[in-house]
Formats: sequence, structure tokens, C-alpha cells
Amino acid sequence: MSAFQYAVSDTMVLAKRSLKRIPRQPDLLVGFTIQPIMFVLLFVYVFGGAIDTGPLDYVDFLIPGIIVQSMVFGGFVTALGLAEDLKKGLIDRFRSLPMWGPAVISGRILADVGTNVIQLVIMFTVGIIAGFRFDASAWEIVAGIALLLLIGYAFSWVFAFIGLSASSPEASNAYGFTILFPLTFISSAFVPPETMPDWLQPIAEHNPFTAMVDAARALFVGTPAGNSIWLAVLWSFVIIAVFSVLSVWRYRRAVGR
Amino acid sequence: MADSAVAVETQGLRKSYGDVQALRGVDLRVDAGMVFGLLGPNGAGKTTAVRILTTLLQPDEGTASVAGFDVAREPAQVRQHIGLAGQYAAVDENLTGFENLEMVGRLYHRGRRASQERANELLADFELDEAGGRLVRTYSGGMRRRLDLAAALVARPPVLFLDEPTTGLDIRSRIGLWDAMEALVAGGTTVLLTTQYLDEADRLADRIAVIDRGLVIAEGTPDDLKARVGGDRLEIHLCDGRRGEEAIPVLAPIASEPPSADNGVVSVPLHERSGAIAEAVRRLDDAGITIDDIAVRRPTLDDVFLRLTGRATEQEEEAEEVEAR
Repeated sequence: MSAFQYAVSDTMVLAKRSLKRIPRQPDLLVGFTIQPIMFVLLFVYVFGGAIDTGPLDYVDFLIPGIIVQSMVFGGFVTALGLAEDLKKGLIDRFRSLPMWGPAVISGRILADVGTNVIQLVIMFTVGIIAGFRFDASAWEIVAGIALLLLIGYAFSWVFAFIGLSASSPEASNAYGFTILFPLTFISSAFVPPETMPDWLQPIAEHNPFTAMVDAARALFVGTPAGNSIWLAVLWSFVIIAVFSVLSVWRYRRAVGR
Repeated sequence: MADSAVAVETQGLRKSYGDVQALRGVDLRVDAGMVFGLLGPNGAGKTTAVRILTTLLQPDEGTASVAGFDVAREPAQVRQHIGLAGQYAAVDENLTGFENLEMVGRLYHRGRRASQERANELLADFELDEAGGRLVRTYSGGMRRRLDLAAALVARPPVLFLDEPTTGLDIRSRIGLWDAMEALVAGGTTVLLTTQYLDEADRLADRIAVIDRGLVIAEGTPDDLKARVGGDRLEIHLCDGRRGEEAIPVLAPIASEPPSADNGVVSVPLHERSGAIAEAVRRLDDAGITIDDIAVRRPTLDDVFLRLTGRATEQEEEAEEVEAR
């Protein structure tokens, strides 16, 4: 086999390993299935009636936003997993094997792409049951799904960095949720930014999540795209560029002692 | 392999973490097929040495080769020839024992079928076949270590590194693991074992290097090292504790150095252990001194270790005190 085939096969072996743990850890399983369903239902039926989204039904407004949020957090298993592997010495075992080294990270990230696909299916299904309807051409929907997976991939790198930097799996969980969770709310994901206080609106409007959510909304329900699609793609690539470099740097540092 | 007779060789290995010098110039040579014990207290530099030899860490200075390959220049070849089992029991808790071993086999780029067969073989060898289908998080500490050791053996590596394989285990699990390691060694694998347990090194190792504060302070066979503390001693417990002084001149002719007595326990350094007990019994009997218990004592590695590192510690502390004044 060539070096490239080894890289692919090592990545697959480690991705399979990451996926196997999900059904075996009840908290992860709930995080991937019940939680997104619960969020969709809570927002549609509890908050939905109180939020004015103009001509768009709230469920049509919400689903693209909440799916972007779930893509963003899809990578948190990576953070937990990497932090745990470092703490427990598994990374040392992998590094002493004649495998392709970066597979430790690429395997995790491939597994994230897999779980993100599953999440997409679950959330669109629940959304459609709750009344969501696509209002776009087939290629727009495909482009939208590709964009969601790109966003998920970008944030897997963010979580890889968090996992490699945190002192423990618990800490990486805390960082992820205290920094990123509020950021996803100060965006156009759940409410129109125009309804926020004046001082908060500029933050929401320039938040990369807003560009990502607006892009998803444009591609799925036909709202005006503006330049949100290109911005979302650009942001994703910037995040990938910055956080892949940071992650590899942290990885080298974490293992070089 | 460049030189198949030497499995591990290091020259002038140095490594610092900031101000802390973990290794201060370590030279080691482990012949193929040997069990080599690297013995030292916590923080002596054992783990750093193993991490350099297993390509996990780059040395600041010096060279090291494993199975004939340079660890810095040919890490990929080194990794093909080594197995590593460590004090952390590096196995995935959310996989079964079988899945762990299969995964390692796949990462050595063995085929699926071959990896699975090898996994089953190892589970049987390490008496984990019944637990093989269970998640590792349900395993006991001893089972995890056995699985960790099995994982290190997946590719039948010619050189095996065991970094404190029994640290933190209860005595029963330790003995179980020792049995497993002894079986392994009988198969001709070269083993570099680090340990802070002297009985472990004594039982398993052919040669021992004592390492303290980043330096090898003594090296030899377990018997060599014990001999450095002094040879065998005859230890005699007298029935009457007051007659110790009386026994000293009686036993002096068979002693290599003057015997000593303490509360009815007489200690006699020996030239030659064979026949010593019979001779001592005869002499004491002739003198009318009755014996409660008599035995030849070999110095333990504990004695060696305390003598070697204990003295070093004292000297260094004295030096620091002098500087402080």
C-alpha cells in the first residue's frame, strides 16, 4: 500500500473507533439524538409564538438556524475525545505505532462529519414533522447541505484545538459551551437581530454565525442571500486555516513532553 | 537491522524540561534477547528515557538506536520494531478488549482478518478471552494492564518497552503480570523494563541499570549489584540474647570481616556461603551457645538501592547546605 492509502486506512480505523463510543455512552447518545429534537420542539412550540419573523413562519426561520448551531457543536465529541486520549496516554500508544500520525485528529474529524450527517437527517425530519418546508431548488438544497457540512468541519477544528488545549475533558466541555454557546445566540439563528437592543445589533450582524445562518436560510427557504453565502464560505475557510494550524501546534506541544 | 546483537543503545542522552534536567547523559546498551531493568525512583528519568527510545520525544543531545535504527533519523523503522506498554494502561475504555487489539493490528497495517486472529490469540494468551467482548471500562486494573501488554505485542515486536508495567497494581495482579512477562521473555523478545520495584527488577531482569536524577549510577547483573553492597551474610538468632558478644570470637574464623552482634542477632560477613551454616552450627554447639534460627542472607536490591541513591542524596543536600552558608 502507498503512504496515501495508509493515511486513508488509518483515518478510517480511528474514525470507526470514535463513532463506536457514541452509542456506548448514554450522555453522548442523548446529545446526538434527543437533544436536537428537544431544541427544535421547544423553540417551535414554546418560543415560536412570541417571536415575530415577518412573512416567514417561525419554523421556517428556525430550522436553518438551529441546524447551523447543531453543526457547530457536532465537533464537541472531538474535543472530549482528544482531551481524554491525551490524559489517558492513548495518544502515546498511537504515536509509538507505525501509523500515519495526523490520523489521530483526522479520524476524529471524519467521525464528526459522519455524526453531523446523522444530525442533519434527524433535525430535518423533526423540522418537517413540525411544519418546516423547503422553498428552494434541488441544487440550492444540496449546496446548503454541503455548506452545513463545511461549517461542521470547520468547527471540528475549533473543538480539536479546545480539546488539545484544555487541562481535562471536563474543562474542554466547559470552554466549548461557555464561549461558543452564547455566540450562537447573539446571531440571527433564533430571533431576527433587528429585535435586539441597539448596542447588541452590530455584534449580531457581524457575528460569523449570522452569515452562516443567513446563508443556510437563503439556500433552504429562499430568503434574500445578500453576500451571506460567500461570507459563510469565507468564514469557514478562515476558521479551518487558523484552527488547523493552531491544533497541530497544540498537538505537537501537548505530546512533546 | 544494522547490528542485530544490540537491541538498544544510547550515548550521552540528555533532555531538559525548562530548568529540570530529566536526563544528564545516559549511556545504555541492551543486548538482543535480554531483559534489561531500568531501576529508579519517581522522577529519576526512566520515563523520559523510554519516551525518547520509543520516538515519542526528541533528545536535546546524544544518540539512541533501537533494533539498529536511529530514533531521531529513522523513527518510522523504529516504530515497526517496537511495542510499548506503559503505566497508564493506554487502552480505549469505550471499546471492548477485542476491538482494542484489532484496532492496534489495523494501525500496524495488518489486514482485518489477520488483526482479528491475532487479537483472539492474544486474548487467550493473557487469559482475557472471556472478557474480550466486554467494554474495557468494566475491566479491573490488572485486566487493563494485561490488555495494554497484549496491545504492545500485537505485531510481535523484537523490542518491547514496559514503562512501570505494574505501578499501582495490587500484589496479586502484579504476580499475574510477572508470569505473563516471564512467558514472553522465554520467547526471546528483548525487553526494556522500567520499574521502581526492586523485587520486580530482581525477578525479571538479566541486567539492571540504576538511574537517579538523570544519571546511571550503577549497572550490572542483579547479583553484581548485590555484591557491591557486600557479599552474603550469615544471620544467627541466639536463644539467649545476652550471649551475642560471646559468639563473635567463636565465629570470627569463618568471617570475611569481623562479625557483629545486636540483641542476640549475630551477623557474620562470609567469604564463601557453602558450608557456612554447618560450620557455624558446629562451632556454636562446641561453645555451648544454642541457636534459635540461622540463615544465609543475600543483600536485597533494596539494600543496593538505598546505599547507592541514599548516599547520593545526602551528598547533594550537604553540598546545598554548604552553598547556602
